[in-house]
Amino acid sequence: METLEHIIAEHPFFAGLESYYTNLLTGCASNVRFEKGTYIFKEGEEANEFYLIRAGKVALEIFAPQRKPIMLATLGEGEILGWSWLLPPYQWKLHAHAVETVRAIALDGKCLRTKCEENHDLGYEILKRFARIMEQRLEATHFQLLDVYRVGR
Amino acid sequence: MTMATAAMIDPMLPQPYSVRQVVKETANTFTLTLEPPNGAGGNWFQPGQFSMLWVFGVGELPISISGDPAERDRLVYTVRSVGQATHALVSREVGDAVGVRGPFGTGWPVEKAEGRDVLVIAGGIGLAPLRPVIYEVLHNREKYGRLVVLYGARGPRDLLYRKELAAWARQRETQVLVTVDYGGLSWRGHVGVVTTLFKYARLQPARSLAFACGPEIMMRFVARDLETHGLARENIYLSMERNMKCGVGFCGHCQYGPHFICKDGPIFPYDRMRPLLDKYEI
Repeated sequence: METLEHIIAEHPFFAGLESYYTNLLTGCASNVRFEKGTYIFKEGEEANEFYLIRAGKVALEIFAPQRKPIMLATLGEGEILGWSWLLPPYQWKLHAHAVETVRAIALDGKCLRTKCEENHDLGYEILKRFARIMEQRLEATHFQLLDVYRVGR
Repeated sequence: MTMATAAMIDPMLPQPYSVRQVVKETANTFTLTLEPPNGAGGNWFQPGQFSMLWVFGVGELPISISGDPAERDRLVYTVRSVGQATHALVSREVGDAVGVRGPFGTGWPVEKAEGRDVLVIAGGIGLAPLRPVIYEVLHNREKYGRLVVLYGARGPRDLLYRKELAAWARQRETQVLVTVDYGGLSWRGHVGVVTTLFKYARLQPARSLAFACGPEIMMRFVARDLETHGLARENIYLSMERNMKCGVGFCGHCQYGPHFICKDGPIFPYDRMRPLLDKYEI
């Protein structure tokens, strides 16, 4: 049976992280499951964790008054969900909707923030990894905004 | 006379083909099957090549061949109706005549892909010029490694060849991933630009050849991300598009830097295109 530490150590997001750190991370980790149709978090709620998705699909949605929710992106197996735990005011900016049953590892952001403050080397490693994810998602958003397949531009 | 021999005799002379079938793919996109006069066979083309299609009295259009290279008794084209000439073309009825010149241009280098994994990346109607590659690989499965098809469209209603996508996904050693930029709430597939599919693709970059077709800016994003994933520039091929008129490099309408897209392309390796893709106004 795979241990949490093994899963975290093998996850591409944590590739290259020393075992001392993966051990620290494991202390903040737990297995979670979200049934299809449920919300993992909603905009405005306190953001105190992030997730390594192991199976299933999550839709990131945004609401506007008197409109249907807009699905901005989907995330699946192997992807990271959530970075609002990392920066004040620690509130989610989007809804995360389990459009399929989701199995994930939740990492306690409060616990991790404390460990990162105590150990800046760990904090820098974590921040670098999230910065890469943010850059990739920002670039994908640029690409999406170009609306390249629109006819009659 | 076959299409190829007609083109050799006089590449400027359209051959009258007749419309055998028109299939509506999306609200504005149609697939036309044309057959030569008297049902003659021998329509040889390379995946990635295009024809000049003449709608008599309206105009002539460069359209990529989207059919199966093994079906030599017909030529198949997928056309999006966006202007007067394309509207006239997709409005043809069974039995109507359409003038055909070609096939023209370079094809996708499928021979170079033998023994390797084939990565097909399509955006919007860009799946049409790539469909012959998919047929070629599936007909000759033993020659190629894995086939990975990544397809992005604007929305679920804009997806081409939906039944075929599902059928291809069931083939051995084949992975088909589809995404849309804007998914409605009823869409249960992937939402995000086509490059977001790379992380799900079971790829071996060192032994893969990538073929990409879509809007030029999409191909720029795709090529850049493929490089990041470890594909060498010379193993990435793009299908370029410019205003093609003569189809044989005489008129110069489709000049792109030092290249004529109709004759030197439309398929180019990324290492040759990269310096041009970053330039404005060419």
